[in-house]
Amino acid sequence: MATVTAAAPGASTNHPARRRRRGTGIRGPERTAGWFFVSPAVILLVVFLAVPVLMALWVSFTDWNGIGTPFRLNIPTVGLRNYTDLFTKDALTRRDFMTSIRNIFYYTLLVVPLQTALALSLALLVNGKMLKGKGFFRSAFYFPSVTSSVAITTVFLFVFNGGALNAILAKVGIHGPEWLADSNGVVQNLLGALHIADPNNPPSALANHGFLSLSWWEWLSGPSVAMCAIIALVVWTTAGTFMLIFLAALQDISVDIEEASVLDGASAWQRLRYVLLPMLKPTMFLVVTLGLIGSWQVFDQVYLATQGGPDKTTLSPAYLSYTSGFKDHSWGVGSAMAFVLFAIIIIFTLFQRFIMRDRDEARAKRRERQARRAAAQGGGTS
Amino acid sequence: MTATVHGSRVRRSDAPAKARHGRSFLAVFLGYAVLVFLALVYLVPFLLQIVTSFKTQSDAAAHPLSLIPHPISTKNSIGRLANGSSGFPRALANSVLVTVLVTGGRVFLDSLAGYALARLRFPGRRVVFGAILAVMAVPGVVLLIPKFLVLNKIGIYDTYPALVLPLLADAAGVFIMKQFFESVSVTIEEAARIDGAGTFRLFWSVVLPMARPALITLTILSFQGSWNEFSQVLVSVQSSQYYTLPLWLGNLVTGSLGAGTQYPLKLSGALLATIPVALLFALLQRYFIRGANEGAVKG
Repeated sequence: MATVTAAAPGASTNHPARRRRRGTGIRGPERTAGWFFVSPAVILLVVFLAVPVLMALWVSFTDWNGIGTPFRLNIPTVGLRNYTDLFTKDALTRRDFMTSIRNIFYYTLLVVPLQTALALSLALLVNGKMLKGKGFFRSAFYFPSVTSSVAITTVFLFVFNGGALNAILAKVGIHGPEWLADSNGVVQNLLGALHIADPNNPPSALANHGFLSLSWWEWLSGPSVAMCAIIALVVWTTAGTFMLIFLAALQDISVDIEEASVLDGASAWQRLRYVLLPMLKPTMFLVVTLGLIGSWQVFDQVYLATQGGPDKTTLSPAYLSYTSGFKDHSWGVGSAMAFVLFAIIIIFTLFQRFIMRDRDEARAKRRERQARRAAAQGGGTS
Repeated sequence: MTATVHGSRVRRSDAPAKARHGRSFLAVFLGYAVLVFLALVYLVPFLLQIVTSFKTQSDAAAHPLSLIPHPISTKNSIGRLANGSSGFPRALANSVLVTVLVTGGRVFLDSLAGYALARLRFPGRRVVFGAILAVMAVPGVVLLIPKFLVLNKIGIYDTYPALVLPLLADAAGVFIMKQFFESVSVTIEEAARIDGAGTFRLFWSVVLPMARPALITLTILSFQGSWNEFSQVLVSVQSSQYYTLPLWLGNLVTGSLGAGTQYPLKLSGALLATIPVALLFALLQRYFIRGANEGAVKG
């Protein structure tokens, strides 16, 4: 051990001679080769990621309507107005933006817990030691995740709009709604069914007062029936990916721990509640934060299934940003929305990376300590 | 000594074991019931998709759940797709072209860059790697307008290069390859280096053949990613002659043809678009699963 610690500072002080020789000697061409190797990938990332982001940032400060180029000197700039309009100006832009924020809030509120719970259930079921045909079930649950979102959404359009689901519901005596065409909020429907409030004649205290261009009645609507259909589609599609993450974590949990808890007489539920779930906590954190990050990005399904309708109840921020530019030609507003969305997603991402890095570092340190201790003991006995 | 330990353990757990046996039978039964239900939820939509592809339009509308097409007909589905006027054959050819170019390009460029970041010492290496990590955090949907702006500016909007070039930029692939190269031993490379092989020769004939598992994973991720890509190509082209399969299908699904109609056509189009990925998935499942877990790390 003593020799190891003595050697370390020696290595870090660096013999200047040896170092210089490295640059010109056998590793000489590395400097040019290194840049030669990374430059194609770097150039592509600069041209198609970094530069476009800067261009859109510029456009977000302008009034560009799609005619001519926004990259000329006499283009009218509007400062931060495209951003402030989203929050402070009572107009259609803010109303639409806030509607999309409300929609995505309810969407996230349902998608994240549901897909996490479904993914964990699928993983626990597939991980069962006695299960026959494990591979088959795992493939069946994972398959939608590898399929194109367009193909999957097409299938779901048939299920929801083509009458397949309602035909099943009819067999058990339920008259299904018109799913993707139904704009009623489920919370509003529920209040109506319980005779607390009439959706057709909402209480004036809620309907006549509001916040950021939406009335309280609209804020509290809950997801629309159409949005629930999209939520079901997304949960169904993505649960398989998260199931794999849970499965990998479950396989890392040592068999000894499971056996020990069985010997201690823990029931299956107790094992899950007090042994497995606490050990899966880091994975759970990963799945929940990945779910949050993904939820704010929902685009394909909205574009394909509802185009934001009915009654804008499935409008998502990403889709609204797209249509503001490509359909309404308000490129500045669309870009500003994209950057607000960017900021929100980056906050989640940085938060996740921060927590995960902390944990990884702690784990690495622990491992290092153990290794050092083991080395010291090994040195002692020999 | 071992015998007594063994014996006592059996005796201790003997009594509760019997009670547990009855309960665990019920648990296993319930577990299977839930499993079969969920498997149906996952398989029935695909089953309906396949069956409906062989139905007539009126049959699909009247009996959406029936599993036997009556009559069996492909005239309104696959038959119509095969006709050039549907746009499907052209979209298929475009998709194949884009997927081959993007997958080949990504695998080559990502492993080059990943190798350099893992092994070669050059000034700015840390900065490049930091930038790659940062770029990976940029969500694709906020790039829709930016991508359109740059393609428009450099004058390739609505061309084949616009379909391919933006998809070649792939920070996550570089990251995966770097992680892989860092996990393999340098001894063979050092030996080859002493034998006097140049850096590119070394990379091409010594390093790449050793990287097969990572290359397969990356190939699958790129194939699946470019074959399925929708939103990024949506903002790159607008003429139907450049449509890839997802764009073609998206146009069909959102088109003015009416929501209640054309399901045999739409579903058979979706089915044909799914088959290549499904085949690859069936053949190389474990690589898909590895790719999914590596994808998760990138966040």
